[in-house]
Amino acid sequence: MDAHAAGGHAELEIPYTVHPRPDTGVYNGKLGIWLFLASEVMLFGALFSSLILLRTGADSWPRGDLKLNVPLATFNTFILILSSVTVVMAWSHLRLGNLKKGRIYISVTILCALIFLVNKAFEYGHEFHEHNFPKTSNFFAIYFTMTGLHGLHIIGGVIVFLYFLGPGAKMWAHDAERYTNRIEIVGLYWHFVDLVWIFLFPVLYLM
Amino acid sequence: MTDPAAAVETGVDVHEHAGVGDPNAHHHSPEQIRAEMRVYLTVFIGLAILTGVTVGACYGLQLPVHTAIIVALVIATVKGFLVAGFFMHLLSEKKVIYGVLILTVIFFIFLMTLPFGHHANPFGS
Repeated sequence: MDAHAAGGHAELEIPYTVHPRPDTGVYNGKLGIWLFLASEVMLFGALFSSLILLRTGADSWPRGDLKLNVPLATFNTFILILSSVTVVMAWSHLRLGNLKKGRIYISVTILCALIFLVNKAFEYGHEFHEHNFPKTSNFFAIYFTMTGLHGLHIIGGVIVFLYFLGPGAKMWAHDAERYTNRIEIVGLYWHFVDLVWIFLFPVLYLM
Repeated sequence: MTDPAAAVETGVDVHEHAGVGDPNAHHHSPEQIRAEMRVYLTVFIGLAILTGVTVGACYGLQLPVHTAIIVALVIATVKGFLVAGFFMHLLSEKKVIYGVLILTVIFFIFLMTLPFGHHANPFGS
């Protein structure tokens, strides 16, 4: 949009929200989310490192499949994988110019995330009923910490998706490409959350 | 087939072709985007199958712990590659993204190897 036609606020416009920046080759938001994801890798990396330390240093370590609900976690894994593909489908439909289908896929993604969280709540409820708390053992301490932090990331993603499904979608009317890029960015975050679960699931539940 | 309706809806030039799979290419043709969508669905099926294989091998067969760890981590790594490579488009990203990730991987590997150094730690022994 011509800044002068819009009211002469050229200095307020955020640059490279749609077009790639010449020196990086990507638009600013994408570089920003990758830098954020790099910090997330270190956050979860520290916890995986702690798990290795606790497990290798323990005299005995319980098998996750004997302590935790594997069928429910397997179902949750499928749900999260499904949500990852619905995000890229939403992004693809937006690139095709189809906002309606894009919003449908975003809605399915949110639904998948909510199913995941409800299952997780049932799982936690069962553990609490069995008197398994973070203080119970190192196994449950690292289990609740890692799955809890992962769950918080799911909740964060749901909030962002709800924003782009609701008020954030107004951007489509005047800047469709920028809106599409925003869905790509939140999609990258979502795939990272899926990626973390792909490793969390076998490490905590199957070993 | 080109979808003229989609092109009219977006107002983009669908004839401005870019490399398939390049997520930073400004405009992809509808055919390219639909081809990518088919790839996403194929990857999804692959991920679902690999999840089933992991659970079947580690939970169903009740493999010994060390074997289960190796099998589960190998399959998880393959699944991670599929998600990062295709859903996050890392197979065709820009150098600046690879630069950020290489630095991250170096620090991540350092973090993962830290616990194995605790045996050499004289403190607390």
